[in-house]
This record gives sequence, structure tokens and C-alpha cells, in this order.
Amino acid sequence: MENNKHRICHINPDWKQFSRVKRLFKISDIMPDFFFKKVVFLSGLAVLLLVISILVSLVIDSMPSIKAFGFRFFTVRIWDPVFEEYGALPFITGTIITSFLALLISVPFSLAVSIYLGGDFIREKSFFAGFLKNSVDLLSGIPSVVYGFFGLFLVVPVIRYLQTKFGIAPYGVGIFTASVILSIMIIPFSASLGREIIQMVPAEIKEAGYSLGSTRFEVIRYIVLPYCRSGIIAGILLALGRAIGETMAVTMVIGNSNLMPSNIFAPGNTMASVIANEFTEAVSHLHLSSLVEIGVVLFMVTTIISVTGKIIIKRFTVHT
Amino acid sequence: MKRKLLKRFIVVLLAALVLGGNYVAKAADNELIGAGASFPYALYSKMFDAYQKEKGIKVNYSSIGSGGGIRQLMAKTVDFGGSDAYLTDEQMKQMEPVLHIPICMGAVVLAYNLSGVNELNLTPELVSDIFLGKIKKWNDPKIQKLNPKTQLPDMNIVTVHRSDGSGTTFIFTDYLSNVSQEWKDKVGCGTAVNWPCGLGSKGNTGVAGLVKQIPSSIGYVELIYALSNKIPFANVQNKSGNFIKPTLASTSASANIKLPDDMRVSITNTDASDGYPISGFTWILVYKEQNYGNRTFEKAKTLVDLLWWMTHQGQKYTEELHYAPLSKEAVKKAENLIKLITYDGKNLIK
Repeated sequence: MENNKHRICHINPDWKQFSRVKRLFKISDIMPDFFFKKVVFLSGLAVLLLVISILVSLVIDSMPSIKAFGFRFFTVRIWDPVFEEYGALPFITGTIITSFLALLISVPFSLAVSIYLGGDFIREKSFFAGFLKNSVDLLSGIPSVVYGFFGLFLVVPVIRYLQTKFGIAPYGVGIFTASVILSIMIIPFSASLGREIIQMVPAEIKEAGYSLGSTRFEVIRYIVLPYCRSGIIAGILLALGRAIGETMAVTMVIGNSNLMPSNIFAPGNTMASVIANEFTEAVSHLHLSSLVEIGVVLFMVTTIISVTGKIIIKRFTVHT
Repeated sequence: MKRKLLKRFIVVLLAALVLGGNYVAKAADNELIGAGASFPYALYSKMFDAYQKEKGIKVNYSSIGSGGGIRQLMAKTVDFGGSDAYLTDEQMKQMEPVLHIPICMGAVVLAYNLSGVNELNLTPELVSDIFLGKIKKWNDPKIQKLNPKTQLPDMNIVTVHRSDGSGTTFIFTDYLSNVSQEWKDKVGCGTAVNWPCGLGSKGNTGVAGLVKQIPSSIGYVELIYALSNKIPFANVQNKSGNFIKPTLASTSASANIKLPDDMRVSITNTDASDGYPISGFTWILVYKEQNYGNRTFEKAKTLVDLLWWMTHQGQKYTEELHYAPLSKEAVKKAENLIKLITYDGKNLIK
């Protein structure tokens, strides 16, 4: 404030002007504060209302399907737009298998990356550390359609080759392929959080471990990892949330078969992918509302996962 | 000072956007909006581009799919909808009278990936059995018997279908329901169906891409996509027993039959002896009575003129883009339909 007054005096020493400026300043002392508070509050409120209204509108639009099928919606294996029989079980199964398989594949890698970057293996400011860290973060910025192309043109032929070697129907596309692509996409989510949390481990307790004669592996295994457990799990949960909601890349490589998958190499479909596929041309009322109901399920599942993740992170923060 | 300028600039920019938005929202009488089927999109953009150069009328068409086009026409947010499937009786009941103006024709071909096989003949029974998953191998005696000159491999057949709802699927499943009772009972016909086997892929490009990638696969795509991707496609036996190679001529020929006045017709499994059996029309849907929702007479007239042009002068753009032009019979029916369009009960064209 002092600074400002001085500046204005310098520019215009005229007293009349100065008094006007002064009065303006008095108002402007209060106004920004008042408006800022309002704007911030309203923006927060708007986001809250938005989330609630998304859920409400989804539920309203899915009413016809909820009424028609009830709980059967989750147990029926048929998705038949011609005879108007809709059951989401194949898609729920597809989503669960792809995302957990992706997690299974990605966790060893993301854990290794976060330990390497966070656990004193490399100078934090070194060129290679920065390069590696940025490349991992870059993975999260690549549009998912690009991952889809990568999958279609690179991963699919490799998987098909393996399938012919093992005597499995050589589709190339399928649930396993989708999981591989997903696992690459979700690495940055768990790796970034894991790295940050491993870096937060106090040097004292690590040094205590070394002073007792532990090897580096032992320090990581028995001190760092247990200390970071909840943080790493939170990162994994965030990655899972991302895997469950991913649409475009999955659609391109999963084979889009609405039947119950018989094994992990079979073509399948996920909740997000079936919505993206069928929404534009769903003409019948029941078809549309069944798709919306899948949206509701997806909304709930992702909410539960992200809330669980947040709770675990919070717990961790309180501990330190 | 700089910051002040920037602020002013932003304010002006915002104002311009708001005013500009208003201006666009009031679409003038020399502008038409349409939405719908993606299959004729390439043709429509070419036609509308030529029409704007010729008549100065701007037409915006967004290819959001037939289902979306129908929904938007129902909501009256567009001047016309595009669709590859005609409205069901139920849909017709929900809406004010709608006319189906045929614009062009398309063929759905069976594209396959078999190395060394350049010519493949299929009967309707074989096509439905393959897509039902009943015939599993390429060297099945039934296929081999039809193609004595070709050495068919001992490989599993991988069928590829559309994963998104589509007019192409409608034409294909409509054909299969016409030729196979089993298909009709088990799967039926629609823009999206419950496929008994095979892989799904999004869009014509997606199916063509997958067929190209997976050895021993077969999938159905619009003729244009098989041609542009250079994938071989099968000849299909029609009702008269002839094996027909899908071309623009044989597609147009399939409409050389007696057509109903309202043109809500499926021409799959056509009676025409030289017609390719898996073909269909793509329509523009408009309301018969054009005075709705504050529409002006000029706008209605513009729309009618456009439709007339598309079914006549505009037809010359079809073949260069690999769409099949309307048959003479179909053009005549289209003329009669366009003449039915009214404003306040008065005909717009005589």
C-alpha cells in the first residue's frame, strides 16, 4: 500500500488528484476483499452444484432403465438393443478385469521408478533425474487417442504374434491388450505420488537404519516402504480411478464384443467404452437410459475410489 | 499501463464474442442447419460446398450419426436430419409428419483379409452362417464348393462388426434378417445388435482397419471404405441367383424395382436381377409442414430448393466420391415427395 501511494505521488503531485485517488483507494481497500471472497465462494459452490447436478441428471435419465430392470441390470449377461434386453454384467466384468490387470502390470514399474527417483539413488538435481521425472510426467499428458494408435499399430501385432505362438485365437485385440495399454497410461499417476512421498521420508530414520548396519535394500524394504505404505496405496488408487474411466484408448484395442469374456485374451468391452460406442446412435428410449445407467455406475465407482484414495492420503499427512 | 490495455482488450474481446455469438445464433434465411448420418458426409460436404458457390446458400451439416440426426429433428434444432435408416412406425407416431427424401445409395460390402484370394463368392446362407459363428473355418466345404478355383486356408474366420450404432449395421442386419430366419429370430435388425461372435470396431474406418490388420478376418463396410483402403471384397449371390460384384452400377441397379411412394423402403435382397443385394438409401428427413418454431417462408423455400437440387443437379457429384446415384425410379419418387412439402398448408413447389 505504502509503495503505491508513493508511486502515485511521484507521477502526479497535484493534491486534488491525490485526494481523489486516496478516496478511491479507500473503497478499493474493501472492494477487492469483498468481491474476491464472493467470487471464490461462488466458484466453489458452482463446482459443488455441478457435481451434484451431474449425478442427479444421470439418475433421472436412467430412471426408465432402473424401473425396467432393477437389480437384474447388474446380473444379466445380454446386451441386446434389438430385443431391448439390457444387462451390464459383461461391461462391469470387462472394466474390473482390465483395470486391475493394468494395475498388476504397472505397479512393479511405477514402484521401481518412484523408489529410484525418490530414494537417494540419483542426485535429485542431476540431468538424468530431471529427464526421467519429466518423461514419466509426460506420459500422463499424451492424449489417450495417441495411446490407442500406439496400441493398435505396435502392441496388437506383438500380442497377436504371441497368441499364434501359444495357440490362442490370434485376434491381437482384446482385454489383455487393453490392460497393457492402460498400464502404461497409469504409470505416471502412481509413480509421481510415490516419488514425492518417498522423498518425504525423514533422513534421520534412514540414517538410523544404515547406522545399525542395514544394506540399502533393507532400508528400503523395512524402513522406507512401510513408512510410505499409505501414500503409495493412495497413488495406486488414483491410477485405478484413471484406468476405470479411460475410454478412447480402450475402445480402440479391446475388441468391443458385448459378450461375456471367456478369458483375458478374449475380446470384451468396458463400461466407458460401451457408452462412447453406442451413445450417438442409441435411438430407443430404453437403450439410451440403460447407457446412462452404466454412466451412473461408473460415476459411483470412480467416486468411491477417489474418496478412498483421499482418505488414505489424509491419514498419511496427519501422521507426519 | 500495459495491464490496463490488456484488460481493455479482454473486455472488448469478450463483448465481441458475446455480440458475435448472438449474431451467429440468429441464422439467416440463407443458412440451413442439418445433422445426422455420417455415411453420406463426404458427399454432403461436397454438394453443400458446390451449392454455396452456385447459389450463395450456406448449409452446415454435422455428421453425428443417424440416431443423433433423428433426435435433433425431433427436438426441432435442425432444418433437416440425415439418416441411413428410415423411421420406425413408432417414431413416426411420435413426430409430426416427416418426409423421407432419398439422396443417394450405398452398398455394404464384405471385406476380407485372405492372402492370395482375390475373388470370393458367397451366398446369403454363408454370410449369415459366418456372422452367426456357425461356419468357423475358411476351408469349410460349403465355402470351398462355391469357390472351386481358390485355395482357401485352414484358418479360423474372425468376423468384424461395428461397435458403434450405425446405419451401415442397419442395412447389413436388415439384409441378414431378410435372407435368414435364424438371424431374424436370434439377432434381428437394428443400428446396433447383439452380435453372436466376433470383434467390434468404431466406424467404417475402424472396421476396415481391423480387417486389414487381422489375417483371415471378414467385416462389413461401406463400399467406399473398402475401395479407399484397397481391401478385396466378396461377390454376393442375389435373389435371382446371380453372383454380383458390388459396384456403383450394381448398387443403383438394386433400386430398379417398384418403390413405395413414401420411400420408407429397404431394398436389401432386391428383386432386381443385376442389383447388388446389400444396398440401401440414405435419406434426408424433413417435416412436411415447414411452418413451425418461427420459421420463415423464405427459409422453407430455401430448404425445398436445396432438396430439389440435391436430387437432380447434385447427383453429378455422387460417382466421383464413390456413392451410387439415385435410380431414375427413385428420383421420380423423390420429386413427388419434395412437392408435398408445404408452408401453412400451401405447396412450396409445383
